[in-house]
Amino acid sequence: MLDVRGLGKVYEGSGRRVEAVRDLTFTVGAGELVCLVGPSGCGKTTLLKCVAGLLAPTAGEVLLRGRPVTGPPPGMAVVFQEYGRSLFPWMRVAENVGLPLKQKKLPGSRRRDLVADALRSVGLADAAGAYPWQLSGGMQQRVAIARALAYEPDVLLMDEPFAAVDAQTRADLEDLVRGLWRERGITVLFVTHDIDEAVYLGERVLVLSASPTVVQEQLRIDLPPERDQLHTRVAPRFAELRTHVYAQVQAAKRGTAAVPTADAPTVPGRTPTPPAT
Amino acid sequence: MLALPALLVTVWWFASADSTDVYWPPLRTILTTFPDVWTGERLRADVLPSLLRLLAGYTAAAVLGVALGTVIGSCRRVRAVCEPVLEFLRAVPPPVLVPVIMLFAGIGDTMKVAVIASGCVWPVLLNTVEGVRAVDPVLAETARGYGITGAARLRHVVLRSASPQIFTGLRQALSIGIILMVISEMFAASNGLGFTIVQFQRQFAIPGMWTGILLLGLLGFLLSVVFQLVERRVLGWYHGLRASSRRSS
Repeated sequence: MLDVRGLGKVYEGSGRRVEAVRDLTFTVGAGELVCLVGPSGCGKTTLLKCVAGLLAPTAGEVLLRGRPVTGPPPGMAVVFQEYGRSLFPWMRVAENVGLPLKQKKLPGSRRRDLVADALRSVGLADAAGAYPWQLSGGMQQRVAIARALAYEPDVLLMDEPFAAVDAQTRADLEDLVRGLWRERGITVLFVTHDIDEAVYLGERVLVLSASPTVVQEQLRIDLPPERDQLHTRVAPRFAELRTHVYAQVQAAKRGTAAVPTADAPTVPGRTPTPPAT
Repeated sequence: MLALPALLVTVWWFASADSTDVYWPPLRTILTTFPDVWTGERLRADVLPSLLRLLAGYTAAAVLGVALGTVIGSCRRVRAVCEPVLEFLRAVPPPVLVPVIMLFAGIGDTMKVAVIASGCVWPVLLNTVEGVRAVDPVLAETARGYGITGAARLRHVVLRSASPQIFTGLRQALSIGIILMVISEMFAASNGLGFTIVQFQRQFAIPGMWTGILLLGLLGFLLSVVFQLVERRVLGWYHGLRASSRRSS
């Protein structure tokens, strides 16, 4: 579904050259939920913007359904961390969700159905007539998720979507995303700096190195598909996986790229870095 | 809210009650003169033309200011070229332009509308530039990601996001517009509010002159009330947003 091949991004400005992303290669299969985790400031957002077509990479390419991404493609929707700044404050919730569909030139009845359905899926059917700023932070992020769902994207990109909400809301939203993913079979690329979140949500976790970023390790999360906050997080396997990812992220921070093939005997589920295609 | 105006009128009333000064007639005299001066005929012949000129000049300034401001605000290169010129033009006091505009626009309605428009356009233009520049980058990126580009982006994102600043400019422009309406009619006119006030003054019809000033004040007040009503409607979301962020911080 989504192929990222040799992606690199160098910022150049006023004599300074910053290499944010060096060489990233990974794929996300159709219907997969993949989490990208890495140390703070490791170029996660840069990577996501390149994938979304919001930023032009300086090397490599991104393919969506085999077609190169050169601008924001119609098959992608992004949920940003800053929910307060990604919803249009002058529009009511339903208009916020419906505006992208209007741009897609969908007929009115279809639009109404999609908006109502998306709002129902995130549990906000009653809030259609409210303004975003009348809602709590968690509810605003639900609106942003509903907008992305209604857009019916091939790939849903999420850029640290729950970093700015409180812990309880965060747990609810994680379950919401996981539930929607299972229900609707959408493809999700989820960027986070929270290791527990990555392991809890993902079917696969990609650990990124410190900037300039490369994929440090790919890890298959062999937890059962039925996950819940209460039991999954205390499962021994969860602890093993999160410990392993934690060690990898710490290694990435120090810059001592722990060689992805030589260690971690406790994690048999780890997959080797696959070739690009 | 009405306490202070009532107090001021009362003070004026009593302070001027025994006035024999011909230039400062008692308020009672002014008020009794008012209905005699501002008859239906005079409202039609003098007040209406003034208001129509104001409306035409103000509308032209608003359209021009928002259109140019959007172009200048969205394009960095245009802005770099225009900014010093804009600052200079803005610094020129608009009434100075009356004699200049009279030279090529004559002394008819065109001149008055041009004077009003040329004074009102600056606050609208400069505020629009600021507003358009300040569109939130996350919001802009979200719009781009969802394919909201071109005219839809302008209408649903850029102009809406800039609307609080645009309204600030429009509010400033309104008071400038009223001033220029009067001034342009004082220079050269055969009707209008400014013209009538000057006429009364020249004929030593002092109470009549005062009623004209009173009417202008009332008119300005009324226009600002109308403006506020429109603003509250269009910017309801903005006031709500501000109130909610004040509560949470």
